[in-house]
Amino acid sequence: MSDVPATADGCPSGLAPPESGLQKQGDLSAFVVRKAALNRLSLSVRGAKCGGCLSKIEKAVRALPGIETARLNLSNGKMEVAWTGDLAATRIGETISSLGYGVSVHSEDAAATSAKQEERSLLVAMGVAGFAAANIMLLSVSVWGGHGEMGASTRDTLHAISGFIALPVLVFSGRSFFKSAWSVLRHGRTNMDVPISLALSLAFAVSIFETLNSGQHAYFDAVVMLLFFLLIGRFLDARLRRQAHAAAHDLAALRNTSVTRLDAAGAPETIRAETVREGDTIFLAAGERAVVDLVLLKGASEVDESLVTGESLPRLAAIGSTIYAGSVNLGQPLQGKALGAAADSLLSDIADLLEAGEQRRSTYRKIADKAVSLYVPFVHSAALLTFLGWLAFGAGLREAVMAAVATLIITCPCALALAAPVVQVVASGRLFKRGIYLKSGDALERLATIDHVVFDKTGTLTLGQPVLVSPMIPADTLNQAASLARASRHPLSRALVAAAGPGQLAANVREYPGLGLQGEIDGLPARLGSPEWVGLPDTPETNGPSLWFALGDAAPCLFQFADTPRADAAETVAALKSLDLTLEVLSGDRDSAVRDLSKQLGIDHWTAKASPTDKAERLETLRDQGRRTLMIGDGLNDAGALSLAHAAMTPGGAMDISQSASDAVFSGGLSGILDTLKASKTARARMRQNFALAAAYNLIAIPIAVTGHVTPLIAAIAMSASSLIVTLNALRR
Amino acid sequence: MDIIIYLIPIALFLGLVGLGAFIWSIKSGQFDDMDGAAWRVLDDEGDDRP
Repeated sequence: MSDVPATADGCPSGLAPPESGLQKQGDLSAFVVRKAALNRLSLSVRGAKCGGCLSKIEKAVRALPGIETARLNLSNGKMEVAWTGDLAATRIGETISSLGYGVSVHSEDAAATSAKQEERSLLVAMGVAGFAAANIMLLSVSVWGGHGEMGASTRDTLHAISGFIALPVLVFSGRSFFKSAWSVLRHGRTNMDVPISLALSLAFAVSIFETLNSGQHAYFDAVVMLLFFLLIGRFLDARLRRQAHAAAHDLAALRNTSVTRLDAAGAPETIRAETVREGDTIFLAAGERAVVDLVLLKGASEVDESLVTGESLPRLAAIGSTIYAGSVNLGQPLQGKALGAAADSLLSDIADLLEAGEQRRSTYRKIADKAVSLYVPFVHSAALLTFLGWLAFGAGLREAVMAAVATLIITCPCALALAAPVVQVVASGRLFKRGIYLKSGDALERLATIDHVVFDKTGTLTLGQPVLVSPMIPADTLNQAASLARASRHPLSRALVAAAGPGQLAANVREYPGLGLQGEIDGLPARLGSPEWVGLPDTPETNGPSLWFALGDAAPCLFQFADTPRADAAETVAALKSLDLTLEVLSGDRDSAVRDLSKQLGIDHWTAKASPTDKAERLETLRDQGRRTLMIGDGLNDAGALSLAHAAMTPGGAMDISQSASDAVFSGGLSGILDTLKASKTARARMRQNFALAAAYNLIAIPIAVTGHVTPLIAAIAMSASSLIVTLNALRR
Repeated sequence: MDIIIYLIPIALFLGLVGLGAFIWSIKSGQFDDMDGAAWRVLDDEGDDRP
């Protein structure tokens, strides 16, 4: 008899649900990099959200023998472990998952690396421009302060020093603008970087000219200030885009596992999932998730297909039947023949579908892009006309150029370009603090227009796991049944164990797939399972999933289970109704379960026994009717429907695939749905206000610049102020 | 006020040292995990390992 510990807790602050130890994460040793005496491994840890998780995980891993470094990056979940000696990589993975966190190998893909490089180089360019702006401003303030008293030679020296600082900084920090403008001009078109590059170059050229001719005003401060503020905007934009892509790439972690293949002699070898070929014999251990579709060759076991079909009760797999990628083997080890490479599996198809969906551009950003592309030629014409106009009115060349440059600078469409992204960043950040992870900023616009909500049942409105509901079972009967159930991964057994609490395992327990468990308690034979297993002559009618337990010759005892709704489901449904949204339930489960739950929560429209195709069709029907649907679901069977909906949300703790199919992942209860809908409406209002502010700014600023009332420095400050106002508007409560 | 011809280069040099430190800290990945860094400060165990 052995003690079985209770499941570990996961995040101590409760910011993410603990990951169940149901799935074995595969052999990590295939991914260890060995250099000299040091072994390195990059892991992706799921569910670590707070400082408590950080110290818990790092402490546990550092306690293992031979560990040199173990560092977890809390922002992206990546953990770097380095060790000497012969510590098995799987032990590291088990240590982390025994604490209640999900572990898989970290996959760094090319797109994420290049995005990170771009962000870093923008940050460096921004820092350099900031350094130059601060130092040149020091010198400029000296010049302004000494106006009238400062001698010409001192002033020229200070201008010259400003120029020496500005030149290398302009070339280094401004290279992205110049490169982009040049590449577009070569093809005879313009983009937003063209007027910026033009303004920077012209202002710099005029300043050089003025300095050499001992002029009164030089504009190096305007040049670097403009550069600095523009780079701030670019950096924040790059950051936003990188964060939006991070969630989709977590999906790769699920694919990036190792697989046990049996070679011709039947010996097992551990290989990476990508290298599986059609026809390979794959060994699926107990608790392992299938990475490719398999046809069963040997063995019999129950298979949990909740990820694929949404059905929480497992299916008995027989020889010749297909085990889909994503199913978990619950019982005895199985051998199957791979039906295709990992890239062809159902899992990968969904992943590809999702990445394609990712490319959807936000409507507001499309509008902004279009506006900018129309605006730029207008800016150029305005500057040119200003220049010519001033010359025509008899002004000197110097004055005409300065007026034109001021026009170019002040009309920079930065406020327009920032209007939508900054609102999206702020809204995402605020939602994140409340436990809702918004995958992309453009989701906010779609969420704001929702008029219909479709719920999946299992795992979304309910907890997704059966819970023991039989009243009045004597405590020792429960403990006896639990002592058998501890040996099984079947969801009903686990529910029984959860109800009974920690305890011991009975002697000689064996699991018979599709039938039940058998063992010995105090010398008497005991059985737990289906009615036939326990010796009942006919199957009595039960309402919902059930198990029967018989000890020796005593009468069998019934354990009844039900999938209970989440605690805040009813009030969330009521609150959504009060927002004038229509609701429906779309589930793959049986009629009686769906009907009862819908009645309990007050939802009138429900559909049961819906296959993934049925769900997708229903979503398409709604779309054709012109409804804008919010779909809330958690299993792979929902993933197709999730990507067809106008907007989609997933509860935290759902499988990674559904999380990637949806626009937002909410943890901490269904009230997250309400928070998200409210935040999206506010965000939409703010975006509109920002567009209005940007337009108003331009209407005021252009006439002032054209009539020569601003110097380039004032223009740079005004342009930055407009960006600042737009940002502050997004930030206000 | 001729001293200013020495003070300006010194000031610029100090600024460049600061800039160099900033660039080094970006390149050595110190800005990659802002949340983790925030929590590590509050960690009671005070483990000084890198």
